Amino acid sequence: MKCIVCVKQVPDTSGVVAVKEDGTMDRAAMATITNHDDLAAVEAALRIKDATGCKVVVVSMGPPPAEGMLRELLAMGADEAVLVSAREFGGSDTYATSQILAAAVKKIGVEDDDIIFCGRQAIDGDTAQVGPQIAEKLHLPQVSYAAEIKVEGKTVTVKRLLEDGYMTIKVQTPCLITCVKELNTARYMSVGGIMECYQKPLEIYNYETLKDDPLIDVDTIGLKGSPTNVYKSFSPPVKGAGMMMEGADKATVEKLVSILNDKHII
Amino acid sequence: MDFHLTREQEMLRKLFRDFAQNEVKPLAAMVDEEEMFPETTVKKMAELGMLGIYFPKEYGGAGADVLSYVMAVEELSKVCATTGVIVSAHTSLCCAPIYENGTEEQKAKYLPKLCRGEWLGAFGLTEPGAGTDAQGQQTVAVKNENGDWVLNGSKIFITNAGFADVFIIIAVTGTVLDKRGRKSKEISAFIVERTDPGFSVGKHEKKMGIRGSSTCELIMEDCVIPKDRLLGKQGKGFAIAMKTLDGGRIGIASQALGLAEGAIEETIKYTKERVQFGKRISQFQNTQFQLADMHAKTEAAKWLVYSAAMKKQNHEPYTMDAAMAKLVAAETASDVTRRCVQLFGGYGYTREYPMERMMRDAKITEIYEGTSEVQRMVISANLGVN
Repeated sequence: MKCIVCVKQVPDTSGVVAVKEDGTMDRAAMATITNHDDLAAVEAALRIKDATGCKVVVVSMGPPPAEGMLRELLAMGADEAVLVSAREFGGSDTYATSQILAAAVKKIGVEDDDIIFCGRQAIDGDTAQVGPQIAEKLHLPQVSYAAEIKVEGKTVTVKRLLEDGYMTIKVQTPCLITCVKELNTARYMSVGGIMECYQKPLEIYNYETLKDDPLIDVDTIGLKGSPTNVYKSFSPPVKGAGMMMEGADKATVEKLVSILNDKHII
Repeated sequence: MDFHLTREQEMLRKLFRDFAQNEVKPLAAMVDEEEMFPETTVKKMAELGMLGIYFPKEYGGAGADVLSYVMAVEELSKVCATTGVIVSAHTSLCCAPIYENGTEEQKAKYLPKLCRGEWLGAFGLTEPGAGTDAQGQQTVAVKNENGDWVLNGSKIFITNAGFADVFIIIAVTGTVLDKRGRKSKEISAFIVERTDPGFSVGKHEKKMGIRGSSTCELIMEDCVIPKDRLLGKQGKGFAIAMKTLDGGRIGIASQALGLAEGAIEETIKYTKERVQFGKRISQFQNTQFQLADMHAKTEAAKWLVYSAAMKKQNHEPYTMDAAMAKLVAAETASDVTRRCVQLFGGYGYTREYPMERMMRDAKITEIYEGTSEVQRMVISANLGVN
């Protein structure tokens, strides 16, 4: 058994969000972090490794500096890493990215009892599309928004975190699960793990490695081939602090109803 | 000469910083206020390999280097000097002397458990009548009819004592004649376990700073330990103690460095928020110059500390380097934290902010593991000034 985890290095939006004159994000000017939901996915895989001794492979598509993030994940306990990196892949939207990542996952090899993990969505694009698209391309059953995962043999029970409640689904391996950050708290790297992480295998998949895979249509990848075009990026206006009302008496409730009514919310 | 960290050291720095910010900082005020030894934090550090950073993997260590250990104590001490000294005393004063002087059997028995944090370590040299004057030892160890050692005496101000499982104890094992025929004490080092008969931990000291660290008295009343607990050769205890303190000074210098850096970080943040006379106080030249001076001084201390660590790592002589690092870093920490309290004004004097705690914590770095005066003695002796 093995777990393959797809991860993305994203700009650290807790700092300043830099936008270039052409409206796209200035990624080079911003610090980078591992996407929060993806870290939950890595932790989920590492917990399965703790329990079963299975192998964990982390895979990321990105520029060469993304190796630093992959080394950190190896220092947390992942066994192998794959960096999917080529100029031809740059600027890919979710449609293009999922083709490339699906081909990469296929090349790593999906066996009967394997689980593919992804984060629900990345904090830069917020699309939540890549994980499900990879599953579709690989013809794997998918369960999104995992907030609890239990593995028993080839059966995986997943509690999904939805806006209005939970949904529990049982699925057979091989399958793809997308994780929300509420799933767990990711572990730290360990000192010993850091000392070993540069000795662990990290393979680079470039354009030549993947271009002949039928999952990839070379005309629909990269910035040119991606059907999505971003016209502008901007920081959203800061929301107001909101208003707190205290009290459980009739007068307070009436006041609340009146305010909501005035704002045409009810 | 290369002043850059290796890629592994950069990652370790990130780990230590993240851990300190997320796990240690939130507890720092409580650890101080309630004199609480942070046991849970120690367990978490053990799981991450922070209690045996620079010892080889074959002994349960993490296989990193002395500079990485220095950065761990530095990052911890930026937010909580108590947590910093727990790691420093355990590593430099207990694991290191066993690693450097122990037999293969002693290393195999003690280091894996110490490095994995199953056991915590401490070091007993100081006595009521023997602080800076380490030759004034009164604790004695004599061999009994079985060849085992029987220890009698007491130690004071022992860091980690209340929670430690393994102690390096320095004791007098006889008298020797020096080259001029004068009598002097023969001093030896021993490994003592908490559960050894006749060994007990006494009074807990109430301190001005690093209040969460456990500082206690050790009492040995006919404490019998097997003969294989002698650490190093009989009569080499004084040299072992001095060499151990050389390493310990790098740890305390790192603690002092962290305190100074932590105080500056907090003060920069505060002066950018605090408004007086219609301006942020960071806009006043007094604030700017004070912080510039403090930062420059702290950076200078940092390179002394890092250089001492590198010399120890490379097995070069580092006694004077460790003394200089500790002297400069400790005096910098005291000066910087005092000036930072001043920049905070009245709020700096209250426990609402961490600055008064940092100022109290900094003072001890000028005293323990050799006072600043002792460091000056070591440095001048190494310069041949006598």
